[in-house]
Order: sequence, then structure tokens, then C-alpha cells
Amino acid sequence: MRRLITGWVLTAAFALAAGGAWAQGQAGKLEIFSWWTTGGEAAGLLKLFELDRQQHPGVEIINATVAGGAGQNAKAVLKTRMLGGDPPDSFQVHMGRELIDTWVTTGFMEPLDAMFKEAGWEKAFPPGVLELLRHDGAYYSVPANIHRANVLWYNRKVFQGTGLQPPRTVDEFFQVADKLKAAGLTPLALGDNGIWASTHLFETVLIGTLGADGYRALWTGKTDWNGPGVKKALESMARMLAYVNSDHAARSWDQANELVIQGKAGMTIMGDWVDADNLAKGFKDAGWAAAPGNTGVYDALSDSFGLPKKAPHRKETLDWLRLVGSKEGQEAFNPLKGSICARTDCDPKLFGPYLQWAMEQWKKDAIVPSLAHGAAAKESWAAAINDAMSLFVTQKDVAQTQKLLVQAAADAAKK
Amino acid sequence: MRAARLAPVLLVLPSALLVLVFVYGFIAWTGWLSLSSANDLLLGAARFAGLDNYARLAGHPRFRIDLENTVTFGLTFIPGCLILGLGGAILIDHVVRFEGMWRTVCLMPLALSFIVTGVVWRWLMNPSSGLNLMLEGLGLGALRSGWYTDPAVGIKAVALAAVWQLSGYTMALYLAGLRAIPRELYEAAQVDGAGTGQTFWRITLPLLAPVTLSAVIVLGHISLKIFDLVIAMTGPQGGPAFSSDVPANFMFQTTFQANRFADGAAVSIVLLVIVSSLVIPYLYWSLRREVRG
Repeated sequence: MRRLITGWVLTAAFALAAGGAWAQGQAGKLEIFSWWTTGGEAAGLLKLFELDRQQHPGVEIINATVAGGAGQNAKAVLKTRMLGGDPPDSFQVHMGRELIDTWVTTGFMEPLDAMFKEAGWEKAFPPGVLELLRHDGAYYSVPANIHRANVLWYNRKVFQGTGLQPPRTVDEFFQVADKLKAAGLTPLALGDNGIWASTHLFETVLIGTLGADGYRALWTGKTDWNGPGVKKALESMARMLAYVNSDHAARSWDQANELVIQGKAGMTIMGDWVDADNLAKGFKDAGWAAAPGNTGVYDALSDSFGLPKKAPHRKETLDWLRLVGSKEGQEAFNPLKGSICARTDCDPKLFGPYLQWAMEQWKKDAIVPSLAHGAAAKESWAAAINDAMSLFVTQKDVAQTQKLLVQAAADAAKK
Repeated sequence: MRAARLAPVLLVLPSALLVLVFVYGFIAWTGWLSLSSANDLLLGAARFAGLDNYARLAGHPRFRIDLENTVTFGLTFIPGCLILGLGGAILIDHVVRFEGMWRTVCLMPLALSFIVTGVVWRWLMNPSSGLNLMLEGLGLGALRSGWYTDPAVGIKAVALAAVWQLSGYTMALYLAGLRAIPRELYEAAQVDGAGTGQTFWRITLPLLAPVTLSAVIVLGHISLKIFDLVIAMTGPQGGPAFSSDVPANFMFQTTFQANRFADGAAVSIVLLVIVSSLVIPYLYWSLRREVRG
């Protein structure tokens, strides 16, 4: 009998303590969900947290990160949380169709128009970006950074040694590639383990072949996937693949960059995270230019944050979003992450030489959404294109791949 | 008296209910999902779509390659494990010293998870380093291969890693089976003048048949459900031209990356049917044997 009573008393005490802690813990928290677990990305995120704590003392920030797979694992966890009605306060998501078609059209996100107008962001972000953030006339996320996908990285020593200039058009690319091959080097380093790097390469070829307007119209259905432009792009890419290292399926993008750093390959076409990789490895002879045929076009992707409808701490989240989009926040985050501000008024002196070049281009280039990184097409469409690329890179069958791309576009347009 | 009869039922009832809901209930839910149109996050708006998803799967180039890969994997993995396991068991059975050490060495790969095996073999099979360099060093340069980067090899490279990991299991099974064969049979065979080969084919192998059967069943359903080894070795896209892709991979990508839940459910149901078609006859056959014997 005594043991029973003791048991009940202990249980009651524990419940009271837990309940008290729970009740107290509800206010003043902020849960940020991302996959920024290491390196410059994590450093940038923690700097933003520090700023948030300075501006809003007393808010406990929960760094809810999920490691692995360049965001694949995080996205899977996020989906189960959102569908289960337990959303984080804000989460990292690629701006553009990935956000809009996954979360906005399905009714999970709140519009942020009031904040955009109040903070004057319609003047701070370039119109190309505002277009990508908009859906049905409202804005749904705040871009923290901008990465560029269509960059040609090359080894300056190798190019000087062979008397070459970085190619500006696709035809010049083949001339340069032939000379590099004759010198016994791999002309183009590719690391497409997981296939997205090949989709990335293909999107730069599409931009180079169709131009900014033609490329943008692919995603609205105005450019025909069955047309001559896409066919020419596929043929160019098939030709390019002949100049690529034979073990590309075993390498990731940074292992391909390794070939350029070691001077075994001349060029690689990859996003500007290569800059952070080069700096980390102490590579001083890196050269950069717009990808062949991509001069004047900025192929953009961005990590952005939004406001889920059932976010448990709405006020703290709105404060966080204001910080992410502010000049102070972006100037603190981006130099550490290795990307440029989405705003056009950040101080270039805070950034390294490549990023300063990118910031210059950002102010004047035509902005197009990236396919491989969630801005241009929704996830199921991008996955179908990745599948088509998997077969294309090995079989190089232009006709079959074009049919698969047409089918992917038709499936995406349904409903 | 009635209470005594009721007690076992009550004891099993909670587990039975949980299994009913969380296994069979969810299988039924997946089946319903595969017949719906829930191919984005608007789950509420899903309608009944009949066999549309299955029709789409049947025409999907990736799914067809996946099924072929599963067959190739099974035909490489199961015989490989059985042969290596039997060979290892026979060798260990005849060794006089250090038997314990040999057994441990053969069984150690079993202690690793498929993910660890996958990552290590991925490095080993990188065509510009690892195995290829070692083969060249040994003068066996002719055996060089692209391994999983070569679409003609593809899933066989993954099967090689799986054989390395699981042949210890078949070896342990066969060792136990060998030890269970009565010595009198061998002595009788010797008296009758049977050679080593005849002893092996006529006595050892037939008496190991039950071991072989249960090994085949276990290895068979592992090979049908293989997922983490493939993901760790060749990534979620399953290698160039899907040469090492498997249906479980495809299901994972379709469901969690492309948000096509109904398509993913359809792949799961197809996998379930394939596995059931192997396991259920075996269960039925072994239950009948128990009842009869």
C-alpha cells in the first residue's frame, strides 16, 4: 500500500515538473530547419543566429539540421513533419518552383507581401528574383543568398601553358577541348555521381543554345521540348561528353574539381561553390568565366526561408525572416557561405575576388532559374529529367532522350 | 477453468492487434494509395485512379531496368554465396588447427552493416584507384574493370560486395549442416569403395539440401529487398544508365524526392507481390512438412 502511494506521488511530481517546463518553454523559441551542417554554410548560419540573439535577446534558437545527401534526407524529414502537422518555424528551401509547387500550391505557406513592402525589398532585390519568388501575385519566401550555376572554372596555368583562352561559345569550347586533348589532358572534368551534375551541365548547354528567353519559356510551356533548339542542345551535350573523364560516374563535383586543381583537366562547368572548394584547398590558379554561350545570363539558385502556416512561434519567425532579408543579415551570412547577397546593395569589399565578379554580373545579367537546383521546375519534373539524363549520359541517344523530356514536361503539366 | 484457456489468447492479443494495424493495416493503406492519384502533397485531393499508376510503371524505362537488375543480382548473389559458403565450410571442416580463427575471419564481414560495406566497396571499386591498381600491381591487369561505372557490369559489382558480406552466413549454415552428417555414412561409403567426388555428390550434397533450401530462401528475400548497399555504393540514381538501380531505390526517390506517393506505393506493392510469391509457398511447404512429420 505504501509503495503504491509513493509511486503515485512520484508520478504526480514528475508530471507537474514536466508540465511546468513545457508551459514555460513555449514562448521565446525559434526552430530553424536546414541541412547546413558543416563548413562555411554552418558558419554562416550560426552567424545569423548570433545576430538574431543580439537583436532579439531571450529567444532560444533551436538549430534543427539534418545531415546527409545534400539536403535529400532533410527534405524527406521535412515532408513527414509538415504532413504530420508539426512544422518547424522556418525551413531552408530552394527558391522558385521547388518551394511553390511543393508547399505553396498545396496550402502550407503564408504569403509575406506585407513584410516585403514594409522592408522595401521590392527595391533591394532585382526584378528577376522577385519574379521567381512570386506566385499568384504574392511572395512566399525570403532569399538568404544567391548562387550562380553557369560558371566555367579553369586552371589558369594549364591554359597559359597551352596558349588558350576560356571559350565564350559552344563552338569555341570544342576548339579549346581539342587542343587540351591533344596536350594529353582531360578537357572537361565532370563528377556526376548522383547524376545532378550532368543535369547541371545540360542546363548550361540549354541556356547557351536557346538563350535566356528561350530557356525560361521551357518551363512555361512556350518553348517546345520537341523542338529543334532542345535537339541541338542534346547534340552539343553528346559531343561534349566525348571530352569528359571516363570515371565521371564515380566522382562527385568536388572530386572532378580535384582534377582541375591537379592540372589533369583543363575545365569544369559547375556552380560557384567551386570557389569555396578552391579556397579551402588553397588553389591559387583558378580562373572563371561565364559557361560557353552563357555570357550575360545569370543562372541563379537560392536558399530561402518562408513562414509555414502552423509555425509555432510566429512572431519570432517574422523577426528571423526580416533579419535574413536585411542588408546586415545578408552581409554577415554570405561571405562565410561563399555566395553573394540576393540584395543588390551589399558591400563588395566584404567578398573575395570571384564573388565580387559575381556581384557585378548579378546587377546587370538576365536572371534565369536553375533546373538542377529547384528553381525552374517542380521536384517530380526535375526527377524525371534526372532520370532522362541518367540514360543519356551513357547511351547518348538524342531521339530517345528528347522523347523522355517531352513526356516529363507533359506529366508535369497535368492537373 | 475458462480463465486458463483464455490466458494465452489474452497474452498474444496486444501483439496481434499491433501487427494487424501496423503491418496489415498499413499494407492495405499502401495498396489503396497505389490505386489513387496522390502524386503530390495535396493528399486530400486524391481520387481513385484504378490501375493508372501500374500502367505508367510498366512503361517506365527505369522500372524495367530495375526488375532486370533484381534478377541479375539474384542470379549472381545467391549462387556466389552458396558456392563460397560451401567451399569455406568444407575447408574449415578439414582444418585441424586454428579453426576458431578461420571461422571468425569468415564471419566478420557479417558484423558490418550494408552501409559500411557499400561505402568501402565504393572506394575499392573506383576505377582509377582501389581494386584496379591492386590487380595491376599483381600483374592481373587484364581483370581491370569499370566496376559500377561500367553499365555492362553495374549491379554485378554490387552483388560482389554483397557476396563478400554474406558468404560468411552461408558458411556458418553449411558448417553446422556438415557437422550434422553422421560419420557412419562416410565410413560405409569408404567401405563400399566410393571416391571423394562420389562421396561429395551422392552423400554430402543431398544431405545438405535442407540447409541449401533455407539459405536460398533467406538470400533470396535479401536480394529482392536490397537497398542500403546500392544507395551506399552507387548513390540514389543507381549508377550510369540505372545499371545498378533496384526497385527499392526507385521507390525511395519517387516517394521522397519526386513527391509521387501513389507511384511509390505502386512500386512497393509490386515488390510485395514478388517477395510473397517466393516466401508464401515456402512457408506453406514447410508447415505441411511439420504437420506431416
